[in-house]
Amino acid sequence: MTGLLALVIGGLYAVGLYMMLRRSIVKLLIGLALLNNATNLVIFTSAGLVRARPPIVPPGAVAPPGPTADPVAQALILTAIVIGFGVLAFMVVLVHRVVQTVGTDDLDAMRSTDT
Amino acid sequence: MTAVLALPLLIPLGTAVACLLAWGRPAVQRRLSLAGAAGLLGAGLFLLWTVAARGITATQAGGWPAPFGITLVADLFAAIMVAVTGLVGLAVATYALGTMDARREAFGYQALYHVLLLGVCGAFLAGDVFNLYVWFEVMLIGSFALLALGGERAQMEGTIKYVTINLLASALFLTAVGILYGVAGTLNLADLSRRLPQVASPGLQTTLAMLFLAAFGIKAAVFPLFFWLPASYHTPPAATSAVFAGLLTKVGVYALLRVFTLLFVHDPGTTHRVILVLAGLTMVTGVLGAVAQREFRRILSFHIISQIGYMIMGLGLYTPAALAGSIFYIVHHIIVKTNLFLVSGAVWRLRGTYALAPLGGLYRDAPALALLFAIPALSLAGMPPLSGFAAKLALVQAGLAGAAYAIVATALVVGLLTLFSMTKIWHEVFWKDAPEVVLEPEERLLPSMGREEAGLPAVGARGVRTAGVRGSVRSHGAGAQARGRTLAMLAPIVGLAVITVLFGLLAEPAFRLTARAAAQLADPTGYVRAVLGDAR
Repeated sequence: MTGLLALVIGGLYAVGLYMMLRRSIVKLLIGLALLNNATNLVIFTSAGLVRARPPIVPPGAVAPPGPTADPVAQALILTAIVIGFGVLAFMVVLVHRVVQTVGTDDLDAMRSTDT
Repeated sequence: MTAVLALPLLIPLGTAVACLLAWGRPAVQRRLSLAGAAGLLGAGLFLLWTVAARGITATQAGGWPAPFGITLVADLFAAIMVAVTGLVGLAVATYALGTMDARREAFGYQALYHVLLLGVCGAFLAGDVFNLYVWFEVMLIGSFALLALGGERAQMEGTIKYVTINLLASALFLTAVGILYGVAGTLNLADLSRRLPQVASPGLQTTLAMLFLAAFGIKAAVFPLFFWLPASYHTPPAATSAVFAGLLTKVGVYALLRVFTLLFVHDPGTTHRVILVLAGLTMVTGVLGAVAQREFRRILSFHIISQIGYMIMGLGLYTPAALAGSIFYIVHHIIVKTNLFLVSGAVWRLRGTYALAPLGGLYRDAPALALLFAIPALSLAGMPPLSGFAAKLALVQAGLAGAAYAIVATALVVGLLTLFSMTKIWHEVFWKDAPEVVLEPEERLLPSMGREEAGLPAVGARGVRTAGVRGSVRSHGAGAQARGRTLAMLAPIVGLAVITVLFGLLAEPAFRLTARAAAQLADPTGYVRAVLGDAR
């Protein structure tokens, strides 16, 4: 399972970076979204994968029996997803404005402020 | 929950919310913004005084004990940074009152500005790597919107690059955080400092260290990851540029100093040597980039990069004296660089352009402004008795003590080239005679620069001219208002210049304070004990 997810993460990073290197500004946006999701999966995987073992303490006990899924990692991912979603929403609006202002979606046409 | 740690977060948050509630009433927003910025400075100074008197202060949000809850912690370094943020926050808020255009104010400039300050203060006070990430994002979303606010073409192009590279850095940072959590099972900085050497092999620690170095290196504009900075910082209005130039990259430097003194100290021979080499390369490329530029704010932007090299030079040397020099340098740089951008905005107000070629003759027309430029410019170049001299001297002495002669030589040569750049601005803007055709700079700019670039100052120049006409037509009250706006523009420039001079003259006590802060950084046991308590 971990090996499979590692492959998925690697694929997502590769595709994300490839999309960011394209000239179209919309593909840049897609690339960033993929990168974001790959990162969330990194946290998910590196915290250890445990199937169907919620961290719940049974009545009368002081600790959950055996190894359980790590709730902290999931809280982190939840936060990261929310932040990523917000930033991506901003990015969508920004891309819309950029295309309106510059008149093209070609990133190569946006070099006038470069040095 | 200790109020002294919460206030630097609650004040900008409250101000931002209040500004949003006062949507559509710019006069109310302006007063709120000024009051909030003044409050933040007060809270920052109070925090600095508390930490200086009582040692490292920590608090757990929600009352959860240390490695589990959200930790806010201020050692002397963090407290100094929060206080300086308050100072720059107040200066730029005042300056914005005099210069920000009504359209940007109507679209929430004041609220966004305080969100930015909130993110910066939060990043300084975070005691947890994941919270550091969250505060970085708060700061970033504020900066994205501020950079794009106004919607001019140059701004849009600058923003798309700035946003992309920063989101890439955030993804890298979050990846590193995820792996770190997988390795250590905790993200609390103090807890990590204790536990990381036990659970991770030196090789794994070095890998993590390099991931963090790349993520924070992008945010701090370290060589070779700085190209986004000169492509974006010169596009928004001067007030926005100034707060970006003063504070944002320094948050990246702060994060580097924090993780490379607290977490990754297992093998300074490798990690800190890499940082030292990067420091030298950052200094040199930054200053050479500046030499090639012919535009006021672009020169200043490249100098930010060059100065970042000095700040991480102290980290690369990794001795208490060198760290003290770094902290001193950061404080000096924030004040001076903000002021230089404010001066560039004042020049733009007078002449409607940032390009050096059509400028000139300002020494005759505005001698006071020339003097106000000279103070921070000479300080940046490291002339005694200003603050830059003491900052460079501290770093050079630390370098000589560590027998790192190559970096010391680089630092001195780069200082000389910085002086050359500042002389160039001085000559082109203030000293040479104004070009014969003074008006319509946009037309003469057209052949040498892009139309969009020339278009930006042209719009502003027209705006200034119409404002002048309107001012002369309107009644006496409008004249008083214009005087008030000029005062609001000049007061922060004068104030920061006075602080630069004082900071240079009182370098001895200031250096004692930074030396204490550096001692806390060099020996993390105090930090760990303040967060986790004695029992652990």
